[in-house]
Amino acid sequence: MAVVEVRNLVKEFDSRLGRRRWRRAGGTAVRAIDGVSLATTEGEYLVLLGPSGCGKTTLLRTIAGLEQPTEGDVLIDGEVVTGLPPRARRVAMVFQSYALYPHKTVQGNIVFPLRAAGMPAEERNQRALWAAELLGIAHLLQRRPRQLSGGERQRVALARALVRQPQAFLLDEPLSNLDAKLRASARDELKRFQGEVGTTTVYVTHDQVEAMGLGDRIAVMSEGTVRQVGPPVEVYDDPADTFVATFIGSPPMNLVRRDGTLVGFRPEHLLPTGALNADDRTELSLSVDRIEYLSGDRHVYGTVTGIGEATRVVARLPATVDTPITAGTGHPFAVARSRLRYFDAATGLRRDAANGSSRDAATGSSRDGEAG
Amino acid sequence: MAIREAPPAATDPAATAAGRTTRSTRRSLADRDGALAWIFLLPSVVYILALVAVPFFLAIGFALSDVTAGDASYDYVGLDNFRAIFDDPVFWRSLGNTLLFTGVSMVLIVVLGKVLANILVADFRGKWVVRFLVLLPWTTPATLAAVSWLWLLDSIYSPIDWVLRQLGFLGPEQNMYWLGEPGLAMGSVIAVHVWRLTPLAAVIITAGLVAIPKDLDEAARVDGAGFWRRMFEVTIPMTLPVIAVSALFGAIFTFTDMAVVDVLTNGGPNNATQVLTSWAFLRGIDGGDVGQGAAIALFLFPLLLAAAIAILRSVRRMEF
Repeated sequence: MAVVEVRNLVKEFDSRLGRRRWRRAGGTAVRAIDGVSLATTEGEYLVLLGPSGCGKTTLLRTIAGLEQPTEGDVLIDGEVVTGLPPRARRVAMVFQSYALYPHKTVQGNIVFPLRAAGMPAEERNQRALWAAELLGIAHLLQRRPRQLSGGERQRVALARALVRQPQAFLLDEPLSNLDAKLRASARDELKRFQGEVGTTTVYVTHDQVEAMGLGDRIAVMSEGTVRQVGPPVEVYDDPADTFVATFIGSPPMNLVRRDGTLVGFRPEHLLPTGALNADDRTELSLSVDRIEYLSGDRHVYGTVTGIGEATRVVARLPATVDTPITAGTGHPFAVARSRLRYFDAATGLRRDAANGSSRDAATGSSRDGEAG
Repeated sequence: MAIREAPPAATDPAATAAGRTTRSTRRSLADRDGALAWIFLLPSVVYILALVAVPFFLAIGFALSDVTAGDASYDYVGLDNFRAIFDDPVFWRSLGNTLLFTGVSMVLIVVLGKVLANILVADFRGKWVVRFLVLLPWTTPATLAAVSWLWLLDSIYSPIDWVLRQLGFLGPEQNMYWLGEPGLAMGSVIAVHVWRLTPLAAVIITAGLVAIPKDLDEAARVDGAGFWRRMFEVTIPMTLPVIAVSALFGAIFTFTDMAVVDVLTNGGPNNATQVLTSWAFLRGIDGGDVGQGAAIALFLFPLLLAAAIAILRSVRRMEF
């Protein structure tokens, strides 16, 4: 268990050697990570969330030592490990593909890190059994990876990571190869598993549901910078900028332009006036053009007026709101004033400073990249 | 055909409609996969029949006959030719040499091929120069290469000897007689052959190395494995099927090759480098005893077949 930290990390990919991991703009080096400072706390579950190409996997690989940063430092347990090879860092990584050794049995896969560490055979077999039992795969030890299902493979990968009792787990989208049904239970299991072993975990995903469900804190990344770091509730309720506001939430936050400001509100806070019993509220008119029924909720699409420029927005009415709404007509809607968020139309940054204090607690570096 | 689905605007609509119906009812040759497959296969089938199958059966026929260069009339003699070649000690010497030549060459080709393959996949400045140089021996015609080596290994003017003399390993006017001493001659033949075939093995093994998911090597690195552990526990087991295939190629090309032996030593000195192919050629073509030559050459066939089957079966078992 240890604190994982990166300081002013920059990673540029050079096109010359053909390592084109990221889309390049016109032959110059690309900054996959553009000045990121971030630190976990002891035993924390930190999720790096962002769209593909935002640099989250590169950040994870740099922590693992698979990539060397162009600038900045990686610290594990307070020690600078920049420049050290992966094996000196004592971290364990679970890859998106699981990267199991196909020619080895499950047992052979799990003990591989222990053999590399030079542990005697008897002890490492005990440890392998312990890890396998913890993950419920003890009966599969003699199988080969190709004889396993996706979920079983994932557990073998976790057991291989766990068996060494590493300083930290680095997980790179470990659920994305599972089918949707398995993903929910695997997510649940991952969280329980981390709770049991209590190891600091850095988890990369592009799936906001995974991020919200698993993370103690979420670092939202875009274009190589961290936009916001905070607990799931904060990232959702108090987004630091319009990127976070629209990336998180499904459907995303509605943004309505008013003078030089963007007024934001979540679809579930836009309710028919009759269903909203808040005194301090902003009333507006929604001319509805389409209604979708999704697992009991009604998603109401329409153009909103009365709060700023006419803008197409979405309202999500829970099943408990049974106000009749028909497409093609206007309806009175309202948003509680406390639910409104204000962003600068030019920079996309939050205007109201309501969330400032909690964001500063998250290493104070969460807004590094916004200038760029 | 699919392109014509969208007719040009200028076409008369009625004609287009009619054309579409006829097109949909009548299949062209390009739609008939079975016929197409045969047409595409035909050249290679003809090639194999004419240049492999016919000579093969001809060789069986000759091996059972008393055909010689002087008397081409066909008389069936049964297994007489085989009895004659088995009685000749040179045949057994050639067989032993062939096995030694093939075995040592194969091992060296695979090991050096693996090393070269690692260099070929590595990412460094100027790698195209190295790739070019590595592939050069394979692209050089066998006889041309052998003639160059003949000069390099010359009994008096050998540049290798000159280098050794400059370095003080050889006294003045002293020579190694690379192709004259029995042991050195075999060593030279093997070295030249390995030099020629290693690039092929390297290219085959490179293909296998490139096919290993990058994740696996990275996982092993994070798991704490160093270079040699990754090499022997991940890379080599993963490329084993491909390595076996390159070994098979190495074995077959060595077993059936006579260009290197023929040009460098012509089997000498005193049959020290005589292999089955060169012995068959010497007997059947140079010596004119077509029947015995064919019998010697045929002896290669069951050996090669057995080796190929053994290797391919183990490759299949290795696949995961």
